[in-house]
Amino acid sequence: MVAVVLTMVAGGLMFAALGKDPVAAIRTIFWDPLFHPQFAAYSRPQLLVKAGPLILIAIGLSLGFRAGIWNIGAEGQYILGAICGAGVALAFYPAGGWHIFPLMVLAGALGGWAWAMIPAVLRIKFRTNEILVSLLLVYVAQSLLAAMAVGRMRNPEGGGFPGSRNLAQYPPAANGELIAGTGIHLGVLAAVVAVIAAHVLMQRHILGFNISLAGQAPRAARFAGVSPNRLVLVCLGVSGALAGLAGMFEVSGPSGRLTIDFAHGYGFTAIIVAFLGRLNPIGILLAGLLMALTYIGGELAQFMLQIPRAAIQAFQGMLLFFLLALDLMSNYRVRWLRREVS
Amino acid sequence: MTVLLSVEGLTKTYPGVVANSEVSFAIAGGEIHALLGENGAGKSTLVKMIYGLVRPDAGRMVLHGQPYEPAEPRAARAAGVAMVFQHFSLFEALNVAENVALGMESPPPMRRLAARIREVSTEYGLPLDPGRLVGDLSAGERQRVEIVRCLLQDPKLLIMDEPTSVLTPQEVEILFRTLRQLSAEGTAILYISHKLEEIRALCDVATILRRGKVVDTCTPGEKSARELAEMMVGTVLTPPARPAKQPGPVALEVAGLSVASPAPFGTALKDIGFSLRRGEVLGIAGVAGNGQDELLLALSGELRSPPEAVRITGQPAGHLGPNARRRLGLVAAPEERLGHAAAPDMSLAENALLSGAVRKGLVGGAGFIDRAATRDFATEIVARFDVRTPGIEVAARALSGGNLQKFVIGREILQEPAVIVVNQPTWGVDAAAAAAIRQALLDLAGRGAAVVAISQDLDELLEIADIFAALNEGRLTTPRPVEGLTVEGIGLMMGGAHGMEVAHAHG
Repeated sequence: MVAVVLTMVAGGLMFAALGKDPVAAIRTIFWDPLFHPQFAAYSRPQLLVKAGPLILIAIGLSLGFRAGIWNIGAEGQYILGAICGAGVALAFYPAGGWHIFPLMVLAGALGGWAWAMIPAVLRIKFRTNEILVSLLLVYVAQSLLAAMAVGRMRNPEGGGFPGSRNLAQYPPAANGELIAGTGIHLGVLAAVVAVIAAHVLMQRHILGFNISLAGQAPRAARFAGVSPNRLVLVCLGVSGALAGLAGMFEVSGPSGRLTIDFAHGYGFTAIIVAFLGRLNPIGILLAGLLMALTYIGGELAQFMLQIPRAAIQAFQGMLLFFLLALDLMSNYRVRWLRREVS
Repeated sequence: MTVLLSVEGLTKTYPGVVANSEVSFAIAGGEIHALLGENGAGKSTLVKMIYGLVRPDAGRMVLHGQPYEPAEPRAARAAGVAMVFQHFSLFEALNVAENVALGMESPPPMRRLAARIREVSTEYGLPLDPGRLVGDLSAGERQRVEIVRCLLQDPKLLIMDEPTSVLTPQEVEILFRTLRQLSAEGTAILYISHKLEEIRALCDVATILRRGKVVDTCTPGEKSARELAEMMVGTVLTPPARPAKQPGPVALEVAGLSVASPAPFGTALKDIGFSLRRGEVLGIAGVAGNGQDELLLALSGELRSPPEAVRITGQPAGHLGPNARRRLGLVAAPEERLGHAAAPDMSLAENALLSGAVRKGLVGGAGFIDRAATRDFATEIVARFDVRTPGIEVAARALSGGNLQKFVIGREILQEPAVIVVNQPTWGVDAAAAAAIRQALLDLAGRGAAVVAISQDLDELLEIADIFAALNEGRLTTPRPVEGLTVEGIGLMMGGAHGMEVAHAHG
């Protein structure tokens, strides 16, 4: 909470330095999306649309982060989930049938899972660093996405423009709003289910215990019989599958089409969400909503107050910075002295 | 002899605990002065105040007749006070001379420093090759580096905290010769140790601390070890009773066990073999760093070996992990309590689950934790092993070393294993708790378990073991019955003057 306030202060200073009214900017970011008479009707459902994938991905990431397994490549797994999900839908087009959507869900999860298995297996077999491998695979995934959007998955009736058919207009594959005007789609429900499942896992299940144990005391975990390799497979697998699911729900719902710039950086923002929520499922739920708010508020501020996009991103970065800094400060004391060699 | 340092009414309070209360004593020049007390008696706080690491709340110190208030260790060193810590602060990847230079205010050029190190170390009978990597040195040699580092400052008062816990009997002799030589040259030595026989042999005067207060002063040579221990504890001690027992069938068989160490500078195990029957206690001695940690890991299942290398109750188990071995009946208690045997930031209940899950059935079929059963198990450990804690939701880190050790040992013993492996079961534990732990291990053996006790405390091993062996550079000597063994013979089994020849060959 202190971190949020500090972010507001520092962000306000930054906006003031840019020549904008800081109070108005902060209000536009945090208040208007929810309560502005004109925009709120549009932006309130957007809140859940944005928060859904952030929370879903962040929940998966948090498991690994707690165990000291750093999946930085959720963005790539998200893209692969979307490609696989959309691929299943396009393969069936224009046939009907209830089985198409479940198959897409499965394909999305499998796509993300498989993409995450690459760093997992490389780490186990060759001791490579999963941070680097998973991150670099994001760029591979982005190239793959571009190739798909202009190549095999391009809409044949799209007049040659890049991008797939609009799945929102293909009912068996569409992931529409469940309750009109709320923004709630199946992906949002999946996020809520993930929060609850993760909470139960961490509190009650031996796997959750082993994850915390491996993160806090790796040697004690080995003593307890936890296999580090298995944990790498499980954590990267789960986070990859959840990111893939998020991508699949996005492409079949709010986005509708597989396009080159479809990813939005959710996979990276989810890292912030995971830490902002202290790697705690309930915290992540709240952090995801807060982050979505700054996203939407940031967009609002961009066109209402002409605040540059980079400033909004810097603002979001500040949030993570202050959070981590405060965390460090509350655990350690700063002493301006030379350390003794004793 | 003239008084070198006098301490008057030193008091230090930490939140919730008085570490030192009105402590007064004096050290004369050239005197070897013992500080005796159980863990938590306030010895460490007291010497930290003298060394400038901790500032007293009240009281004063006088050194050479001048008021002495060191604000930091640098000031203490400048006044001629040096300290050798129990835990070495050396960099394994640097050589001896570089390590010594790191601890100095203005180190001379390397070549001159190396010459000085050679000179001082031979003068005091502690041969050291300044060019060797510290990572390649034995614990005894590492300690020499620390001592030589202090001696280069030409101290008037040398503080030594538990210096012999890592040494063989022969190395202890060498150290004592050095200390006596220093004392003869007028350097006072403040000597902290649990080992009463050593204090009797070495020290001129002993100040005894109990719960932060000076309770007695004596000349250790005139007292028996038992009398000293009773002064420390404040009660009468009884030695552990060995229940009568009949050795049963073989419970643990190790044959041709060779494993590489997982740690850099660790010791690989080489062709270890022994067999142990139910009801027997095997004591494994050895100087730290000779493969004790690796042996525990290889037995607990954290290090794997060919299936036939380890057999638990007849079953091949070398390839099995810790939980599969627990199922077969082998449990273990590693030396390092925080971080290995227990997770520091987890509660006692969670730590009870850590190794008790399998044998105590604390996890259901679907993998869900039975929290009530876990809490019951933790409560049982706390009650049966007299673990002093406000509750089982307290983090392991918050417990004192002795209490956590009782918890860790209790957790394993209460699983009623067929085989238990413990490494340093009473390390850093006060005398009363140590006696309780030894008794619990003997009782477990009496109930028909095979006990493997790895320890550097020879007195402890002689007290509880039926069979004795020593680890030396990753090899285990042939196990022998304890009856009829002499300390001399044990010292030779442990490797004699370990590392001496090497130091000379390089010097």
